[in-house]
Amino acid sequence: MSPSGQDIWVYAEHQRGVLSSVTYELLGKARELAGALGGRAVAVLLGDGVHPLTATLGAADIVIAVEAPSLAEFTPQAHAAVLRALAQSRAPRLLLFGATSSGMDLASLLAGSLRIPLIVNCKTLTAEGGRVVATSQLCGGKLLCEADTGDGPAVVTVISGAFPAEQGVSDRTPQVEVVPLPVALDTVRMRVTRLLEPAPGDVDIAKAPVLVAVGRGIQRADNLPMAEELAAALGGTVCGSRPVVDQGWLPLSRQVGKSGMIVKPRLYFALGISGAPEHVEGMKDADLIIAVNSDAQAPIFSVADYGVVVDMFELLPALTQELGSRKTAAA
Amino acid sequence: MNIAVLLNMVPDLVEELEIDASGTALDTQWMRYVLNESDEHALEQALLLKDRHGARVTVLALDYGEVEDTLFSALAKGADEAVKLAGLSEAPSKRAAAAAFKTALSGMACDLVLTGVYAIDDQDGHTAGLLAGLMDLPFVGVTRSVEPADGKVLVQKEYAGGLAAEIEVSLPAVIGVLSAPQPPRYVPVAKIRETRKTRKLTEQDITGAESLPGPTIRRMFKPEAAEHAQMLEGSPEDVAKQIVMILAERGLVP
Ligand SMILES: Cc1cc2nc3c(=O)[nH]c(=O)nc-3n(C[C@H](O)[C@H](O)[C@H](O)COP(=O)(O)OP(=O)(O)OC[C@H]3O[C@@H](n4cnc5c(N)ncnc54)[C@H](O)[C@@H]3O)c2cc1C
Ligand SMILES: Nc1ncnc2c1ncn2[C@@H]1O[C@H](COP(=O)(O)O)[C@@H](O)[C@H]1O
Repeated sequence: MSPSGQDIWVYAEHQRGVLSSVTYELLGKARELAGALGGRAVAVLLGDGVHPLTATLGAADIVIAVEAPSLAEFTPQAHAAVLRALAQSRAPRLLLFGATSSGMDLASLLAGSLRIPLIVNCKTLTAEGGRVVATSQLCGGKLLCEADTGDGPAVVTVISGAFPAEQGVSDRTPQVEVVPLPVALDTVRMRVTRLLEPAPGDVDIAKAPVLVAVGRGIQRADNLPMAEELAAALGGTVCGSRPVVDQGWLPLSRQVGKSGMIVKPRLYFALGISGAPEHVEGMKDADLIIAVNSDAQAPIFSVADYGVVVDMFELLPALTQELGSRKTAAA
Repeated sequence: MNIAVLLNMVPDLVEELEIDASGTALDTQWMRYVLNESDEHALEQALLLKDRHGARVTVLALDYGEVEDTLFSALAKGADEAVKLAGLSEAPSKRAAAAAFKTALSGMACDLVLTGVYAIDDQDGHTAGLLAGLMDLPFVGVTRSVEPADGKVLVQKEYAGGLAAEIEVSLPAVIGVLSAPQPPRYVPVAKIRETRKTRKLTEQDITGAESLPGPTIRRMFKPEAAEHAQMLEGSPEDVAKQIVMILAERGLVP
């Protein structure tokens, strides 16, 4: 690829006609980096009939919009092909994506096919002199890795919620450059056949005021009644992390996190949950978080208000009993 | 259908992680490895395709950690061939792994490549998408189901909030699996031991794979928790009392 300029590109991710909040988070950061490097913050918007979305991208110095029927439904191959062609002719310094389902696919495809560096799951991105340094979160939040993105171009994915969205929101009307399809898409070998809505659950955990959440630490489906008893004593609902749902111990409608529900209960009781970023994304805004984990180093303790380092199977019976006797006393 | 499943060993988070003397990498000297969780689901997805529709399943893994256990376990679960790829350093970067898998796959007849979409130690990329980019193959990641359909596959790709899209993909293709439609099957240790006696691993050298530019790692470190929970100490009974007090103060219990 040709030597890159200093522009910072943001892939404007949208679903069902709405830009996702990570797009604004990235735009705010792109403004800051572009300012430091002497480049522009550029939003790249792909789709069909998406021009109205440009109105909310005023934080960008310029919006590059490519519209075509073949871009209407997101497929990694079509969107990556267009981004690749645009990046090859315009040579940005950095291409930023949310570390989301579509962002992860596009970032890896572009880095692989263009043979340029990629850094994933970043929590911070800072300009230091002419350098851009990115800190990735790995090993479920137990490690951080700081890396130089190089002279560009490079691709970076950023964890949702890492930067404030406010800096990426502006009521300015951005300059929009409508670009014709830069590459023929007739070789794209995939198409969206339908959208699948989440199956309605028996309960809506997003509405429950008290949630008792179980993670892999629950060990077996047989142990679930212990969590159910605690939930009953608290007037709450049982939910869980992804591994518990993948095991089939709880239905998908009870999953909290990135690919499940975002919840904001008055009380979130986390039992045997390590606190991986994908889980934390779904529950960090609960009013009160109490975490129980046998590992004192578990990242969940940096999100929780109160923590207990204990084997949950020792604490649960005592806690359920204590709640029971308090109720009896109150009655 | 010929399916290749790429298996990656990742640090076992049950063990304490240590940084090496350079300060830029994990210390692998005492490190224990486990199979990357989503790769376990990729294998399950491949075996489900084999059980239901017939397929030949080849698993491939880079030679470090207890990779032989992983490969024999895959054979015991039903894989037809297991290939150990030699020539890379321990815990290679994701781009080095992707380039190595590309080299290994280039000599193989293969319709579908399945691998986990995401590993806990990803820093310079996600192997699945990098590989597809390098090989210029169609790719869909973050899937929860793969079904054959008229010489193509129908995959379900997950988005946030439980939404998913069904995507039809022509073959050959790389599919990044986040989870299989059912939990990975269990295979008893005795059966793995038996497999070790009766089956052989194929060995392949992948030195000379393409070298790709990556980021320059400055340091690797453990986070200092900016905020930390207030820890409750004491016997389970003591802690239970403290928790109930906290809940009572907030009006969460009567
Ligand atoms: C694209 C993508 C989307 C994802 N979406 C989600 C999502 O929506 N929701 C989600 O939760 N995850 C999601 N994940 C998975 C996520 O990365 C983690 O793997 C997952 O959150 C880990 O779940 P866990 O904490 O239950 O398990 P683990 O990380 O295995 O943690 C188990 C914890 O239990 C503790 N423990 C063990 N035994 C006991 C005991 N007896 N008493 C007390 N504690 C004990 C251990 O110390 C450990 O901390 C996603 C991942 C990807 C890649
Ligand atoms: N990043 C993205 N860019 C463009 N489209 C996307 C993206 N992510 C998902 N989509 C698709 O956008 C479509 C929106 O279509 P509609 O619901 O008709 O507005 C959804 O069907 C998704 O498949």
